[in-house]
Amino acid sequence: MSGTHFHFHDPYQPLESPIHRLDPRVKLALALGFIAIATLLPPGAWLAYGLLGGTAWGVAHVSGLGVRRVLRRSVLALPFVLAALPVIFTAPGPAWWTFPLGPWWISVRAEGVVRFVSVLLKSWLSLQIALVLVGTTAFPDLLAAMRALGVPRFLVMTFGLMWRYLFLLVDEARRMLQAREARSVPPEAPSQRVGGTLAWRAQVTGRMVGTLFLRTLERGERIYMAMVARGYDGEARVGSLPPLPRGERILLAGGWLFLIGVLILGWAF
Amino acid sequence: MALPVGEVMYRTPLIEAQDLAYMYPDGHVALRGVSLRIFRGEKVALVGPNGAGKSTLLLVLAGLLRPTAGILRVEGEEIGNGDLRRLRMRAGLVFQDPDDQLFSPTVFDDVAFGPIYQGLPEPVVRERVDEALRAVGMAWAASRISHHLSVGEKKRVAIATVLALRPELMLLDEPTAGLDPRGRRELIRLLRDLPRTMLVATHDMRLVAELFPRVIVMDEGQVVADGPTEVILRDEALLEAHGLEPP
Amino acid sequence: MHIPDGFLSPTVALPLWGVSAGMGGYALRRASRELTESEAPVIGVVAAGIFAAQMLNFPIAGGTSGHLLGTALATMLFGPWVAILIMTCVLSIQALIFQDGGLIALGANIFNMGILGALVAYAVQQTFRGLLGDRPGARYAAAFASGWAAVVMGALATALELSLSGLTPASVALPAMGGIHALIGIVEGLITMSAVAFLAAVRRGLLAERPVAGRVPLWIAGLALTLGLTLLAPLASSDPDGLERVARDLGLIQAERSLWNAPLSDYVIPGLPNQALATILAGMLGALLAFGLVVAFTMRRRREGGSS
Repeated sequence: MSGTHFHFHDPYQPLESPIHRLDPRVKLALALGFIAIATLLPPGAWLAYGLLGGTAWGVAHVSGLGVRRVLRRSVLALPFVLAALPVIFTAPGPAWWTFPLGPWWISVRAEGVVRFVSVLLKSWLSLQIALVLVGTTAFPDLLAAMRALGVPRFLVMTFGLMWRYLFLLVDEARRMLQAREARSVPPEAPSQRVGGTLAWRAQVTGRMVGTLFLRTLERGERIYMAMVARGYDGEARVGSLPPLPRGERILLAGGWLFLIGVLILGWAF
Repeated sequence: MALPVGEVMYRTPLIEAQDLAYMYPDGHVALRGVSLRIFRGEKVALVGPNGAGKSTLLLVLAGLLRPTAGILRVEGEEIGNGDLRRLRMRAGLVFQDPDDQLFSPTVFDDVAFGPIYQGLPEPVVRERVDEALRAVGMAWAASRISHHLSVGEKKRVAIATVLALRPELMLLDEPTAGLDPRGRRELIRLLRDLPRTMLVATHDMRLVAELFPRVIVMDEGQVVADGPTEVILRDEALLEAHGLEPP
Repeated sequence: MHIPDGFLSPTVALPLWGVSAGMGGYALRRASRELTESEAPVIGVVAAGIFAAQMLNFPIAGGTSGHLLGTALATMLFGPWVAILIMTCVLSIQALIFQDGGLIALGANIFNMGILGALVAYAVQQTFRGLLGDRPGARYAAAFASGWAAVVMGALATALELSLSGLTPASVALPAMGGIHALIGIVEGLITMSAVAFLAAVRRGLLAERPVAGRVPLWIAGLALTLGLTLLAPLASSDPDGLERVARDLGLIQAERSLWNAPLSDYVIPGLPNQALATILAGMLGALLAFGLVVAFTMRRRREGGSS
């Protein structure tokens, strides 16, 4: 499973920058557009990738987040790259290099390497623009942008509530893990089975999950009371943003034109 | 409303409870016949050991739980079974855990929640939010994200979320719990300066002595004492019998 | 199993977004009806709880540990539609805020881990219930089996999507991911099972059968499940380049640049070599037969069991 959940903090960096000041709808739409274009580009479109990369880094720099930080955080997706490794050997077309490995012959295909590197780059670029998006846009603004882009109100309210209590509940989970850790002391003399049986450990974990779940449900009940106490009547009411000012609309259009241009470029050459 | 009855002025209590009883769905009886009267402008403390039913009483008075028996009146008018909503708008409950009460993305959203649901127009909502945040000294935090605040700040914002509805009666559940001495002092100052009728459940006996002229003592779902703080807090036998300590 | 952006080809990622959006919308409507008045507004908190619960790791051996995904647990507690809603929230926030999974790939991830997972878990749970009744042992077995099945099916779907995107041949991806996740699924099953046991002991009411508005007949769920599985059979063919070969035979992959990386799903039926088609048909027939037996058995059990 994805065990890389170690960076549980709000990614938003409250800095002052032109990117920060942009309307969240523009940022979300352009970020999604960027990733979509990256997905649509064919393998080996190096020039197009380069343009996207330049854009991503330029934006990262202007936003004050810094290219280095974004680069560092983007290393996260790398483990998944292993899933694409086989393409190096199984793609069609001429082989670059063939070598024996035991009883088999392994051929590294040119097309395969091209595809592999392309996947790597596309993934990496998408990740970087996503990092800039969440680094420069506070979550409440992202919610408003989602609403503007058509996400149903109930879902937006649910996202908001989830995000609000995420960090709290993650902290509770952490404390439970710490408590378990504190009680997981191996004995002085090394014994056969430290840590109990697998079944026992599964049971302990299951109970922790159950406990966290119960506490979550009880907290949910209290939050509902708090909502009702302030007049909640069953309808999700989400504020709406004012219409997009002209300057931002131009930027949005320009951004999309650029991205489409990159796409055409990628396919043409 | 005050009706002269002979020499004595009889005022209609703001809120009156008669033999309130409440049983939780799992069978636990939290209130066994609670009667009390709170008049406009009073600041009353509610004390008692854990499990006495203080929180439950607050939830019932706030209109969040329907009593399984007994009568509740607001300004003389009986609150029927159908209309707890009226009660909710007039009595504002500040929860013990501010995290339960701050459920919106930003402070502004949380304080605006109540007025928005009341259907107030936007400029009025803004005004109420501003007023409420200033009353608790948190006007600077309007665009902040709730979970970035300290416990004391969260408690104050929680109070603001209730103030925005301009309730006539404020109910607070353990307001000083979990606060460091400075946070506690700030909260005491805040409560003292708020010109509202209050019923505050608390374990903090020094808070009681300092701010509340009247105290109600509860134990096992019933009211066991109700009177001037000076008198009750000096009755050591009474306090000890109900798991309390003098300040 | 969270697929990042850039891995799936547009022909895989975009239709899956459509499917997820469509089914997600349906799930949203169903969930709104199934959740009580006091649950609906705070379902986000439950989602946060599942997210947090995914952090509670289960040490297996030598430093490795497993985690819960939670789809099967959510399904057992709330039914499939609410579970889909919850997992959609979890996966969306993971993708958007923590970059765990891509945004264009989110449709696929929601489908694999949320929608498919919940429906499979539900089908398995209902099957167990139909066969073994409401005994606690049956419930725990169902919890384990549905947790395992949800993970394995999700992994198979992921592998299929990756191979359809031209990254790995299906004959490598499916067994590899399927195999690994058959093991990981055990972890999911164990944690789900013990969580359910704990919750049943502490708060009996939680696991009471919820009124699922307009329940999906068991046989439809089971049928969909079985058919889905049989479709995968010929893809894990013994011919190492099976999928690629078929694609080239059909002239889909030109030498250097194909317009779409590997839109093979549309072309599986027409022009497919007889062998593969025969395999699919045979598989389906066999599965239908087996399924018919299960249904018949269940019906007889019910009649024998009387009105309990």
